[in-house]
Amino acid sequence: MTTTRDIHVPEFLAGDEFSIPTYRVLTQEGTLCEGAEAPTLERDEARAIYRAMIATRVLDERMMAAQRQGRLSFYMQCTGEEAAVIGATAALDEADMIMAQYREQGALVYRGFTFDEFMNQLFGNELDYGKGRQMPIHYGSRKLHYMTISSPLATQIPQATGYAYGQKLAGEGQCTAVFFGEGAASEGDFHAALNMAAVHEVPVIFFCRNNGYAISTPAIEQFAADGVAPRAFGYRMHVIRVDGNDILAVHRATQEARRIAVEHNKPVLIEAMTYRLAAHSSSDDPSGYRSRKEEEAWREKDPILRMQRWMYDQGWWSDDEEKELQERLRREVLEAMKRAEKRPPPPLDTLVTDVYAEVTPALQQQLDALKSHIRRHPEAYPKGARFLDPELSRTDDEGES
Amino acid sequence: MPTMNLLQAINHALDIAMAEDEKVLCFGEDVGGFGGVFRATSHLQERYGRARCFNTPLVEQGIVGFANGLAAQGSVPVAEIQFADYIFPAFDQIVNETAKFRYRSGDLFNVGGLTIRAPYGGGISGGHYHSQSPEAYFTHTPGLKIVVPRNPYEAKGLLLASIRDPDPVIFFEPKRLYRASTGEVPEEDYQLPLGEAEITKEGSDVTLVGWGAQIEIIDRAVELAEKEGISCEVIDLRTLLPWDADTVAESLLKTGRLVVTHEAPQTGGFAGEIAATLQERCFLYLESPILRVTGLDTPFPLTLEKEYLPDHLKVFEAIRESVNY
Ligand SMILES: Cc1ncc(C[n+]2csc(CCOP(=O)(O)OP(=O)(O)O)c2C)c(N)n1
Repeated sequence: MTTTRDIHVPEFLAGDEFSIPTYRVLTQEGTLCEGAEAPTLERDEARAIYRAMIATRVLDERMMAAQRQGRLSFYMQCTGEEAAVIGATAALDEADMIMAQYREQGALVYRGFTFDEFMNQLFGNELDYGKGRQMPIHYGSRKLHYMTISSPLATQIPQATGYAYGQKLAGEGQCTAVFFGEGAASEGDFHAALNMAAVHEVPVIFFCRNNGYAISTPAIEQFAADGVAPRAFGYRMHVIRVDGNDILAVHRATQEARRIAVEHNKPVLIEAMTYRLAAHSSSDDPSGYRSRKEEEAWREKDPILRMQRWMYDQGWWSDDEEKELQERLRREVLEAMKRAEKRPPPPLDTLVTDVYAEVTPALQQQLDALKSHIRRHPEAYPKGARFLDPELSRTDDEGES
Repeated sequence: MPTMNLLQAINHALDIAMAEDEKVLCFGEDVGGFGGVFRATSHLQERYGRARCFNTPLVEQGIVGFANGLAAQGSVPVAEIQFADYIFPAFDQIVNETAKFRYRSGDLFNVGGLTIRAPYGGGISGGHYHSQSPEAYFTHTPGLKIVVPRNPYEAKGLLLASIRDPDPVIFFEPKRLYRASTGEVPEEDYQLPLGEAEITKEGSDVTLVGWGAQIEIIDRAVELAEKEGISCEVIDLRTLLPWDADTVAESLLKTGRLVVTHEAPQTGGFAGEIAATLQERCFLYLESPILRVTGLDTPFPLTLEKEYLPDHLKVFEAIRESVNY
């Protein structure tokens, strides 16, 4: 119920009086902040998180290079945000649903998506779970409870509220974590999602990666408020702001958020303050809208470096392990890429499957017409022709991709 | 005359419109300092200031709702939707509000100053969500004008006409041609008429109708057809709502055959509207059924995009089929 308090003079509350503190545990030197509680993260989990962070970075670097070489049409890195996404994922139950925006490959890495699985999607080949319909980076995994990415921003946020409501009814103690950027949080979908979650007491964690930019638009042109976090008050929702480059803070905050969500059926908003170190995507050049100096300053706050220092301090990681891991991952990524590149595209029939549960007569007719057209011009459609008659298709990778 | 690509022509048109009328404003996601993700609004903020060219928060329904209000006030907003695929969050504002402002208020208020620009179409490896051609959804809505240019010259003249038109216009830009299509474009201010199709090539055996990026495809198909001695008449519709049925009907009376092509799926696509209208008007003159060459009735794919798209070979075969009926 909404409570009101009467006043008898026109006393306005100013929006800029709200400011939310940032929860931080680790200094950039990898030591605990003064007054910080001891971390709850244990050795094995810390090592798993750290490995996932390195694997994500290696994947990003290699795939960006592959895009530059023209082997891949498009790519998006999450460099600088590894701690935010992986720290949060590690704090979830592995059966909790993740609904991501598109810069959360770290969550998949942590949950065990293999390099082969990444590559099949990136190259849109016959093994891509999405059957070559979406651009690179639109991953999904039913097994790993990771909803397939949709490009229209913020559409996943109200869906997460709905999904989590279903989880509450199912009563299996699961929740949904939904990730989005501070830009996407401007969409109407965001507001609808939070309001419904609060009203219907839904176990959902809204995780905003505030990385400073939405393509070229800086956060100060995105909202006038103190970030995204204060919006939670308007919906009467729990909220915390964390240093998104601080693995211990993100992990602990998400653990706590999950407890609130699952034990009390209450939605929680987490705003992770971080920075998009790389370009928005392989099609973007950030030098057109921000300074190198700004980027450099954030490079010094690298979340991986911060965690590495802490791990060394704990005696949980060593130079040798680092070297071995980096070399192995680089090799594995390359091998997986080569395998995926060689695989053929999805069969021609996938053009009309999955539109409905069953292919309709009209779609079947359109496919048949297309097939006879391709039979007449096999040289013009090598990918399609391959499935009609392997003899007809000329080479593996002609055609535009 | 300078040579420009389609993006430069659009930038040029915006520049002229803003210089001429200080009520003209350009805004949208990344439109400000950066000049838009495709750079269609480059340098406009430098020239006209942040009050007239700016970034909006990332919210399409907000952009169009805001633009509706601005236009109702008497400003001349040119709002950019970054990709036509993302126009759907603004669908309610466009279809229920933009289109009906004048009608429901008995013309007490209108948003005639509004122009919404959006890059549309496939052929760029954009996959599912960066390739759609949503024009037909909007052609079902009385009160809007839908304009699609085919090249830089047309883009500049049609955009200037759209901005100055007394009705709200959705201006779909063929993004595949943004840099690929270049041509001579006059430096000065000029307008091309809305609501008028253009016969881009005269012929006598078959009429081909399309718009935007599909005109280039038609031209390639026509080249193949003419090698076989088939004479083609090509019509660029340019405005889809209200559309110029007279020009198409006149052509059809001459050729007796019609092929319509668009990238969007067939069912409910605008080609269906054209075919229905033309058979009403020219039934007794038809030598063969009106044919449609379109995308499949499916969402847009990525890997098999080439197979999916209505390309010059598919249009060529339709021409043959129409002539050999
Ligand atoms: C509805 C919608 N509008 C526009 C776009 C185009 N677009 C893709 S990413 C992006 C910026 C997103 O920024 P943010 O949410 O802050 O996430 P970040 O990229 O910073 O991780 C935009 C405008 C889109 N995908 N969907």
